[in-house]
Amino acid sequence: MYQYNQNDQTLIEQRVAQFRRQTERFLKGDISADQFRALRLRNGVYIQTHAPMLRIAGPYGILSSRQLRKLAHIARKYDKGYCHFTTRQNIQFNWPKLEKIPDILEELASVQMHAIQTSGNCMRNTTSDHLAGVCIDELEDPRPYCEIIRQWTTLHPEFDYLPRKFKIAVSGALHDRAATQFHDIGLHLVKNDAGQIGFKVLAGGGLGRTPVIGQVIRPYLEKKHLLSYLEAVLRIYNLYGRRDNMYKARIKILLKESGLEKFTQSVEKEWLLIKDGRELSDERIAAMQTQFARPPYESDAGQDNSFALRQQENKAFATWVKHNTADHRVSGYRAAFLSLKAPDSPPGDMTDTQLDAVADLADQYSFGEIRSTHRQNLIFADVKQADLFPLWRQLDALKLATPNIGTVTDMICCPGLDFCSLANAGSIGVAKEINEALDDMDYIHDIGDVKINMSGCMNGCAHQSVGHIGILGVDKKGAEWYQLTLGGSSENEAAIGERLGPAVAKDQVTKAVTTILDVYVQQRLEDESFLDMVKRVGITPFKEQVYADN
Amino acid sequence: MQIIKDKQIIDDSWNYIIDDADLEPGDISVSLARWKKDKQQLLEREGKLGVRMGPADSVEDFAADLKDLQLIELDFPAFADGRIFSHAWLLRGRYNYQGEIRATGHYLPDQVFYLSRVGVNAFSPEKTEDLPVTLANLDDFSVKYQTSIN
Repeated sequence: MYQYNQNDQTLIEQRVAQFRRQTERFLKGDISADQFRALRLRNGVYIQTHAPMLRIAGPYGILSSRQLRKLAHIARKYDKGYCHFTTRQNIQFNWPKLEKIPDILEELASVQMHAIQTSGNCMRNTTSDHLAGVCIDELEDPRPYCEIIRQWTTLHPEFDYLPRKFKIAVSGALHDRAATQFHDIGLHLVKNDAGQIGFKVLAGGGLGRTPVIGQVIRPYLEKKHLLSYLEAVLRIYNLYGRRDNMYKARIKILLKESGLEKFTQSVEKEWLLIKDGRELSDERIAAMQTQFARPPYESDAGQDNSFALRQQENKAFATWVKHNTADHRVSGYRAAFLSLKAPDSPPGDMTDTQLDAVADLADQYSFGEIRSTHRQNLIFADVKQADLFPLWRQLDALKLATPNIGTVTDMICCPGLDFCSLANAGSIGVAKEINEALDDMDYIHDIGDVKINMSGCMNGCAHQSVGHIGILGVDKKGAEWYQLTLGGSSENEAAIGERLGPAVAKDQVTKAVTTILDVYVQQRLEDESFLDMVKRVGITPFKEQVYADN
Repeated sequence: MQIIKDKQIIDDSWNYIIDDADLEPGDISVSLARWKKDKQQLLEREGKLGVRMGPADSVEDFAADLKDLQLIELDFPAFADGRIFSHAWLLRGRYNYQGEIRATGHYLPDQVFYLSRVGVNAFSPEKTEDLPVTLANLDDFSVKYQTSIN
């Protein structure tokens, strides 16, 4: 993973010092609450229902064991012993004290971490494929470009006060695991007709209140022009994005109101004026690629026979391997998911004990590296197949081996009304209830790939509009109600879910979900996935059953 | 009134003339609208000239006049209006403007490091007591990831 040089380190330390001064001025009354809000948001500090929330950047999801131990320490010393992994591969603490946050940031800086631009109307943490560099369907590793973009976006002097937040995702694989079609800018590494690799550039995608699928604004961009092209898009957005209405301020609205052609023309015109002064050299790219060099894999890892044997002997292990591990480009290795969706814990949460233990396991089994995924799980990307059995046993003891990755209980879920001051409805409690109702693992595995995404409000932090089943909490005369959608997807065949019907009461959500799953089980064709069936039959059969009693 | 220019606290020699007021002698700045309307009259008088532009104005709109102007004031109606940062960059980076660029209005002392990096070299503080913190904040960082104007 990327290691900071002296400049990187100096920058984050000076950022901590700056925020310490700002916090002191605020606590002395020298800065107004409104002004401090803009400053603290750019350092990841929200004011939540109970306490401030601190959101820490996990750059494109990659963390070291040392960083994980630091998170455990912070959870113990400054919080209530746990943290939360988000859909943007970031980490949140829900209970820090405002006056202690500069100290927390200083602790983070000591392990090359920060909370810069994790909120506020600025360029956010760049996200990527959680299987980058190890998956079998990759054209090129996106991580070096993610780091180049991370640096370029960090403290960018011109683009830190944008109309609204701005999110960039990069994918280098055929299968889009980074939801790039739902980002302000999505970058896909692609090959052109001449066989060269560059970027396909999408813009104007997004979730939230008005979900929109991004559009291609440039089918092929040479790598050397990456930063000048981003600069052109950002300048057009910064100058012409709407600032009169925060709900119409994202770039997706600018693109929609200008029209794709006019928007693209503006960007291209701007880009032609700047592109020659901003080229990324081959040397710079190559130097960054060495930061993500392959770890020292063992060449004989594939010779091992124990892996197959263990699976034959132990059904539970075989089930875990099937659902919670992924193919690896190197023979004898697999990527192993750590499920943060155990039935009795809030989705995405981890305790300090788990964090410390996972750090040790990462050192032992996966070159000391841990990744977070946009579905709020963790991954050890490089595990020798012979090590999977001992790893599984230890993960199981830590309650991190629920074999439910990609299944209906692998729900994405925001903190909801329990923590968030924006939420209209609870989500953690509903997730727990759905989990309790779906306690039969064989049934869950039979249902297969069904992604449930649940947000406690329109802001859509849990991406409900692209859930195969989306659940959105709404406020109805002071009561918590839930709108269901079907057929959304954030992957290659991007789609926004269709509304099933009127919102249902809180105590009816679980029943509605199980009814939807029953309809699928009864009416699916052989090997037909849930999403494929929804595409084939539409929402009517589901609707009829869910609202049958009304 | 004191301002910061090129990292020094100095006395300000400029007066901003509101749109309906009579022109004064000395160094004056006017709104972009007035500049467009009274350009000839303004050019014929003694003293230096400046234009105050807001976020909704366009630099391209008066780029041809920059040679006649010794000061451009970038006026923040609200600190969050980031268009100002692009205007500054365009003035320096695209139109090679060499005169003074000054931030005025409701910006934060915490934004001056960024403003200096996109080419703003003078700061008229909202409150006089902000001068020391504004000056200090120009040195918030010694390292940076992007190219800058200054």
